[in-house]
Amino acid sequence: MRLEYMGLSELSGSLVALRGVQGVAYDETAEITLQNGQRRYGRVILIDGDRVVLQVFEGTRGIALDNVRTHFTGEPIKLPLSKEMLGRIFDGAGRPIDDFGELYPEECRDINGSAINPVSRHYPRSCIYTGISAIDCNMTLIRGQKLPIFSGSGMKHNELAAQIVRQARVGEGEGDFAIVFAAMGVKNDTADFFRRSFEEAGALQRVVMFMNLASDPIIERILTPRCALTAAEYLAFDKGYHVLVILTDMTSYCEAVREFSSSKGEIPSRKGFPAYLYSDLASLYERAGMIRGRPGSVTQVPILTMPNDDITHPIPDLTGYITEGQIVLDRDMDQKGLYPPIAILPSLSRLMKDGIGEGFTRKDHPDLANQLFASYSKVQDARSLASVIGEDELSESDKQYLQFGKAFEQLFVRQSMYQRRTINETLDLGWKLLTILPKSELDRVDDATVEAHYVEGAWKSVLSELDQ
Amino acid sequence: MQSYTIYGINGPVVTVKGGRGLAMMDMVNVGDEALIGEVVGVDGDTTTVQVYEETSGLMPGQKVVSQGAPMSILLGPGLLHNIFDGIARPLSVIADRSGPFIHRGINVPTLDLEKQWDTTVLVKEGDTLRPGDCYAQCPETTLITHRCLVPAGVSGKVTKVLPSGSYNVEETLVELTDRLGEVHALKLAQRWPIRTPRPMAERLPIHRPLITGQRIIDTLFPIGKGGAAAIPGPFGAGKTMTQHQLAKWSDADIIVYLGCGERGNEMTQALDEFSELLDPKSQQPLMNRTILIANTSNMPVAAREASVYTGMTIAEYYRDMGYHVALMADSTSRWAEALREISGRLEEMPAEEGFPAYLASRLAEFYERAGYVKTLEGKEGSVTVIGAVSPQGGDFSEPVTQNTKRYVRTFWGLDRALAYGRHFPSINWLTSYSEYIDDLKPWYDQNVSPKFMADRQRIFTLLQEEEQLLEIVKLIGSDVLPEDQKLVLDTARLIRVGFLQQNSYNIIDTYVPLEKQFRMMELILELYDGARKLLERSIPLSQLRATGIFDTLSKVKYEVPNDHQERFDGYHDQIQAALRQVDEANR
Repeated sequence: MRLEYMGLSELSGSLVALRGVQGVAYDETAEITLQNGQRRYGRVILIDGDRVVLQVFEGTRGIALDNVRTHFTGEPIKLPLSKEMLGRIFDGAGRPIDDFGELYPEECRDINGSAINPVSRHYPRSCIYTGISAIDCNMTLIRGQKLPIFSGSGMKHNELAAQIVRQARVGEGEGDFAIVFAAMGVKNDTADFFRRSFEEAGALQRVVMFMNLASDPIIERILTPRCALTAAEYLAFDKGYHVLVILTDMTSYCEAVREFSSSKGEIPSRKGFPAYLYSDLASLYERAGMIRGRPGSVTQVPILTMPNDDITHPIPDLTGYITEGQIVLDRDMDQKGLYPPIAILPSLSRLMKDGIGEGFTRKDHPDLANQLFASYSKVQDARSLASVIGEDELSESDKQYLQFGKAFEQLFVRQSMYQRRTINETLDLGWKLLTILPKSELDRVDDATVEAHYVEGAWKSVLSELDQ
Repeated sequence: MQSYTIYGINGPVVTVKGGRGLAMMDMVNVGDEALIGEVVGVDGDTTTVQVYEETSGLMPGQKVVSQGAPMSILLGPGLLHNIFDGIARPLSVIADRSGPFIHRGINVPTLDLEKQWDTTVLVKEGDTLRPGDCYAQCPETTLITHRCLVPAGVSGKVTKVLPSGSYNVEETLVELTDRLGEVHALKLAQRWPIRTPRPMAERLPIHRPLITGQRIIDTLFPIGKGGAAAIPGPFGAGKTMTQHQLAKWSDADIIVYLGCGERGNEMTQALDEFSELLDPKSQQPLMNRTILIANTSNMPVAAREASVYTGMTIAEYYRDMGYHVALMADSTSRWAEALREISGRLEEMPAEEGFPAYLASRLAEFYERAGYVKTLEGKEGSVTVIGAVSPQGGDFSEPVTQNTKRYVRTFWGLDRALAYGRHFPSINWLTSYSEYIDDLKPWYDQNVSPKFMADRQRIFTLLQEEEQLLEIVKLIGSDVLPEDQKLVLDTARLIRVGFLQQNSYNIIDTYVPLEKQFRMMELILELYDGARKLLERSIPLSQLRATGIFDTLSKVKYEVPNDHQERFDGYHDQIQAALRQVDEANR
């Protein structure tokens, strides 16, 4: 028998409340049928005796207190899953929106997932080569990592993400690659850009897309990354794919969470975001990883636009505390037309230390990366001094740093959107640039490594490239 | 027995109706899956319970059963070399039961109830035992002997005792009859409520450092055994890295590492790494002295609130056996945020930045459980607490950092700018401090060198002078400074690069004994003093720089192995040679 409750007792924003409800579980899904036969979905978010509060995903437009019937399904929100998802496009709540009809699921899973037991995790150690020097050398992406791109409006984060998708390689014979793409509150153009670049890379058959565009309901936006990650976990841990998950734009997601929280009347914390934003974001980001004894992996590259380019804003701040590093894009570099505009110093990959070096990439990689960071940080000091006293007044050593800084940005960081450098090319280039500085300045590398890689004057051949 | 039922559900907060029998802080089992929860509010016949597991699927009307006692955990052999969740359930057993993903409602005991321990019973019939007396012991790991002590509040005559042999943690080894004739069963394991500090005989003054092998900590900002320290820092500044280094190398007998609301991969890394790495003293795997507690950021938030107490109770339990325990809590901010989240759900009036008004008192209660004590048994033991703090936006003026500062005496402030320059550990020497310097001076005088503290002060002063000079350099460049100020800059740079920076991936540099730290300081100061003498004779510093002696000293840390400190002599000779060379060129 299908039990339906007639009418509602309260209605506010995207929330509706019913009274006199029996036998309903926390977090269960409800179907709300309007008079015109339209069907909406909701979730139980509060039970207080016989009063039940539902959040309605598609919004409450057109709903009145007495024109709806509510049916409780007895289950939390589940996503139908199948290998056939690859190549398909879904809406933010996981319903197919392409022309291929319903999915025939092999199984259905709760989209909230469960925490991976730390004992069962496999500590990620194999890197993904992106062919982008700045990333491969200085903030190596590791399979099973969550490495967000911190960007600002108008910067080339989408292009960078697309390049990573195009160029990312794992070692030979190490399984298949799949991409899960979740668009949250992005513009139509952006979604289209990604679709085209997947097509360009010949990857469309390996992509699962979840689309919640800027004009779609915000409650659905809260479900979008959860659906995407449920699909990713399924493909990775059940089907053995190495899944790269692109989540864009996390800022829109967080704003949706804020909007929803304030409609519930919750006490706001910093900048109006709810106090549980950290836990909420963690429940998404922590779904990256690898599991002992299972072949696949879930690697996340979430993209967020820092409001006002402020890295201390709660969204990038909380994200940085959860994710394993970050790739920060820099407005100045972007304005200079430098692509990719990666700000080297604040960017970081926490997992790279265990996935590079001997047996992984190359023995000198950790030392080189460390030295490049250290030397480049001195470039900033030299530049600020030069802006005060003028370049001519600088000491010889500061001048060398200026030269190094320029060469590093223009030759190492800069690369075209379609250029793919191997790890060896990247590391060799790094060493060549370091020879602009005298040996004694290389204080992060032991003498033996310097001897092996430092060729006096090697920079000249590279620098002539710069002049051209 | 009264029966209670669920009335309302809001996230981890569940309201219960059905009588007045539930007491504050009682442990309860909620719903059909018997989820573990704790009573946090009583109002008439409505009781509020926070549940330590996901509440989805709970329904009004499901039963709630009281355990009749506050939230407590089972303490006994088998804690070491293990990893637990926030309420002390062993994660490896959970993995066996529910696979790689944690499902809820898995009620497993903290300790392996089957395992037989090779126990030596130390008492005989007729003995009188008081709280804190040791009645049995067993080797728990190759490093630690587990000593079973009579719990607080229990005393009497031994009326029944089993001979030494193999026992599991549930067998009654000793029966104790008290004055009133009540019989107490003593087993290898006992229960203790996590929110109650374990008693001790008395607190002793802090007088010994916790030696960590990290130069900036041991030399500039030491922490005493039984002290409390905070490590605040923005993300990416290396809080977790520093905590891991301390957990690996500090000279505590036992490490309790608490991953509170942090990354799952980090706990896996700790587990992997500590199992492989050998303790420098005993050459045993570090896990043999380590207990890991993991409430990763995606595990239930209420259990996060409890996890710090679980960790502290375990630390105190081993302290009572006469061990020196170090508790690393990473990160206390996540715990404070858990308090805030639950407080919000309880609809309490928020104070600063939404945190509950009792934030400060909770922090104080926690940090005050640290201390160097005389145990009930009369031995010395200590709990040292090192709490990481993750301030929002890296801003140290936020409530958690500020309130923590009031209750800790060592403050290692991590700095974003240093981390960007890959200066690690990125502890800022200008914002950090240690109030233990005076307490520890006698120990350093006696055990390292009477000159140690004086050298430390000189190094510290040079760094402060550098800071002032750098203000000028920023405006006019370093070339125009007088020679003696240039020397301060060069020496301070040497201190920063050659002494403060420590490479945790380098086998030699990752752990440095105090003796070596002292000799490194001596080298730097010897060069500084020698150079000053040259400058007094108006010899430009550039001549000394040209000898390369500064670069040589900045790499001493990689060149002198910890067990070959005689190599320092060669460096003294090199310094003297360089000074002489410049000296002679100017004769």
